[in-house]
Amino acid sequence: MFHSKVYVTLKKSILDPQGKAVEQGIHSLGFESVSNVRIGKYIEMDIDTDVNEEAEIITKQISEKLLANLVMESFSSTTEPVKE
Amino acid sequence: MAKLKIGIVVFPGSNCDHDAHYVAQTIMGQDARLIWHKEGSIGDVDIIILPGGFSYGDYLRCGAIARFSPVMKDVVRFANSGGCVIGICNGFQVLTEAGLLPGVLLRNKSLLFICKYLHLRVENANTKFTNKCTPGDVLEIPIAHGEGNYFTDPETLARIEGNQQVVFRYSDRSGRLTDEANPNGSLNNIAGIINETGNVLGMMPHPERASDPVLQHTDGRKIFESIIQSFVYQLV
Repeated sequence: MFHSKVYVTLKKSILDPQGKAVEQGIHSLGFESVSNVRIGKYIEMDIDTDVNEEAEIITKQISEKLLANLVMESFSSTTEPVKE
Repeated sequence: MAKLKIGIVVFPGSNCDHDAHYVAQTIMGQDARLIWHKEGSIGDVDIIILPGGFSYGDYLRCGAIARFSPVMKDVVRFANSGGCVIGICNGFQVLTEAGLLPGVLLRNKSLLFICKYLHLRVENANTKFTNKCTPGDVLEIPIAHGEGNYFTDPETLARIEGNQQVVFRYSDRSGRLTDEANPNGSLNNIAGIINETGNVLGMMPHPERASDPVLQHTDGRKIFESIIQSFVYQLV
């Protein structure tokens, strides 16, 4: 069994109004040194296989076809064996 | 002429399906039918409407899960064989996620859900969906969305502009394309686009909410009348 973690983020070129709104909140809290706040999604899943490469390929396929819309988003992922 | 058979797909979370059905059936006098998303086939229809709403609660991204509904395979087949498909609001989002239209609808620039009447300039009146209009016509049709900010990469934008695939743009009352008239930050004030083959239209504004004279606004009827007209031409 493998456990994958996928991080989906808006591409750098895309304005993130949600991130901007949260950044304003951070500044209101008094943390004026913070900038470039961007909001993304985090997805985790278990994959029933004993082969690391297979788990990585499955994760990549799912990310490309469903979890991220590559027109506006990019993703990164990690895959690790689940300790029994 | 015989009545057109209009199929309206109902996803879990669709909420403009009955409005679309009412306009198609009662206002336009056609033969409308609701199609549950779990049906494997759309059956014998002339037109498919993907209605507005919040399919699957807009989980993950608007339209991202609806695209995998069983009925969508047949909708894609229908569209790829030249069938007439119109996606309104959430339906537009589903069409982009399904790859039937280019680009994507991002969160509104203001982060606000915007529900109001506004003006659309008809850019291309030479389509199945706008032949009852003339280029430059200004239609008053409402929007109601939180994610309608049309975006695509520069190459695709240049291509759809070059092919006259932009059918509607947000404008002011007199048809000027200003930043103030752009409610959501869409590139080039884009409100609606058509595919290259001219049989699939996606638009964020709701023509079905501006079709019943009781509601005082009837500009949306021009779109439904155009679709009906396009089938009359076909029969001649």
